[in-house]
Amino acid sequence: MADEGMTPWKDLALGCAGTEPGSSRRFNTGDWRSRRYPVTDRETCIKCGLCWIICPDMAYSPDPKDEGYYTWDGYYCKGCGICIEECPKDAISWKEEKEEDKYGPACGA
Amino acid sequence: MGRRVGLEVSLACAEAVGLCNADVVAAYPITPQTHIVEHLSEMVADGRLDAEFVPVESEHSAMSCCVGSSAAGARTFTSTSSQGLALMHEILFIAASLRMPIVMATANRSLSGPISIWNDHSDIMAERDIGWIQTFAENGQEVVDLTMHAFKVAEDKRVCLPVAVNLDGFILTHVIEPIEMPDQEEVDAYLPPFEPSQSLDPAKPISMGIVGMPEIYTEAKKANMVALEESYEVIKEHWDGLAKQFGRTYKPIESYRTDDAEVLFVTMGSLGETVMTAVDQMRDDGIKVGQVRIRLWRPFPLDDFMEAIAGAKTLIVIDRALCPGIPAGPVATELRGMMYAKGAKQYVANFVCGLGGRDVTRSQFVEMVQEAQKAAANGEEMTCRMVGVKE
Ligand code: SF4
Ligand code: SF4
Repeated sequence: MADEGMTPWKDLALGCAGTEPGSSRRFNTGDWRSRRYPVTDRETCIKCGLCWIICPDMAYSPDPKDEGYYTWDGYYCKGCGICIEECPKDAISWKEEKEEDKYGPACGA
Repeated sequence: MGRRVGLEVSLACAEAVGLCNADVVAAYPITPQTHIVEHLSEMVADGRLDAEFVPVESEHSAMSCCVGSSAAGARTFTSTSSQGLALMHEILFIAASLRMPIVMATANRSLSGPISIWNDHSDIMAERDIGWIQTFAENGQEVVDLTMHAFKVAEDKRVCLPVAVNLDGFILTHVIEPIEMPDQEEVDAYLPPFEPSQSLDPAKPISMGIVGMPEIYTEAKKANMVALEESYEVIKEHWDGLAKQFGRTYKPIESYRTDDAEVLFVTMGSLGETVMTAVDQMRDDGIKVGQVRIRLWRPFPLDDFMEAIAGAKTLIVIDRALCPGIPAGPVATELRGMMYAKGAKQYVANFVCGLGGRDVTRSQFVEMVQEAQKAAANGEEMTCRMVGVKE
């Protein structure tokens, strides 16, 4: 286990309270993904936003450059496949991923 | 000056909580704790205590409610016993790990089955590792004093931990004793208003009870362990303060006639007073026996204990609960383990007695001394015997 996310015990807040709002943003759920990641085919996508709504780790967000589409963030995508299962147009599919490329194109670290 | 009154110990406990100005009492009634919360509920209903009394639907809810109210910055009290304490189990750990200064009076009672409402220590012995500070009272006066002390210690910014004050069910809870009840001004001088170290405040938002991933759980536990260990000095400091304010002295380990004693009883709770009379009787007969009472059970004051037993050859550890599958009761198991690590040489005899309300008489303590001395002299294995079992 790397030291990432580790804190010396003396530095923890009383009762291990979270004193910084939104600290889960720093939590790399993408680290749980193994061997594959979801890729959206924008030709097929109908911009319904379902993947954005249902992704349990908020890996999708509105694409600021191309309205209606959604960008994917490999720092958060844990590879559960729910988006693939739920996309009404089957626009999302798995793509193989090597360990070294793991954090994907839009790593939000 | 306080007044010396004849009062049922449960009512005295409730009055002490009132004098400590608790803000929230969340409790579910269970024998033999009932009179404590019943009386508190009356005090609130009569307007004598300005507190929120939450009549929850279970002990699990009682402790959950206490965690919530303590987190919101309220001085919080609860009380339970036996099955009720068992039902609180999972939340007890949470209260300690969130560092909530809750005070709980535990009216010690056996656990079912068979169903028993009577006194022993099996309820609290099943909760040894909840991370709470745990003290034991021997009489009504001590219940009052330890309750005030509990709030003082729990809320100390160097501690911030929950405290359980143990009092024996029925033997203490239902007995009328002469008790010196302090005045409000005296209590106020000892216990200032509660200033939470950290609380739920929309102006300064924090999250309590967050997930501890493997990267942080060990560190969180370490911080908790150290907090409990370091509470020891504060516990002593506030006992000293109590002695100054009220004139009664308490120590983590208390000794009775231990000078030149060869055999020492180790007791916790009200049975200790019966043992004292047995010690007096045996001393009159020239037997060199004394007594060591464990007042502070968590954090365990090991150095004080080792010092108290240093001159003795044989210990008689009285257990009021069983460790099924282990050849000793819980107190003896722990003491033998800790003493071994310290290189102690004493023979540790262990007797389990007073289970489920069974009386233990003075003569039985005299027999224990004879039996232990004989076993120690013969170099027998250190075993554990259940006292008074009808064959
Ligand atoms: S669920 Fe499918 S169709 Fe809908 S926005 Fe996402 S990728 Fe496009
Ligand atoms: S695979 Fe799961 S975590 Fe990754 S983007 Fe899809 S829904 Fe989100």
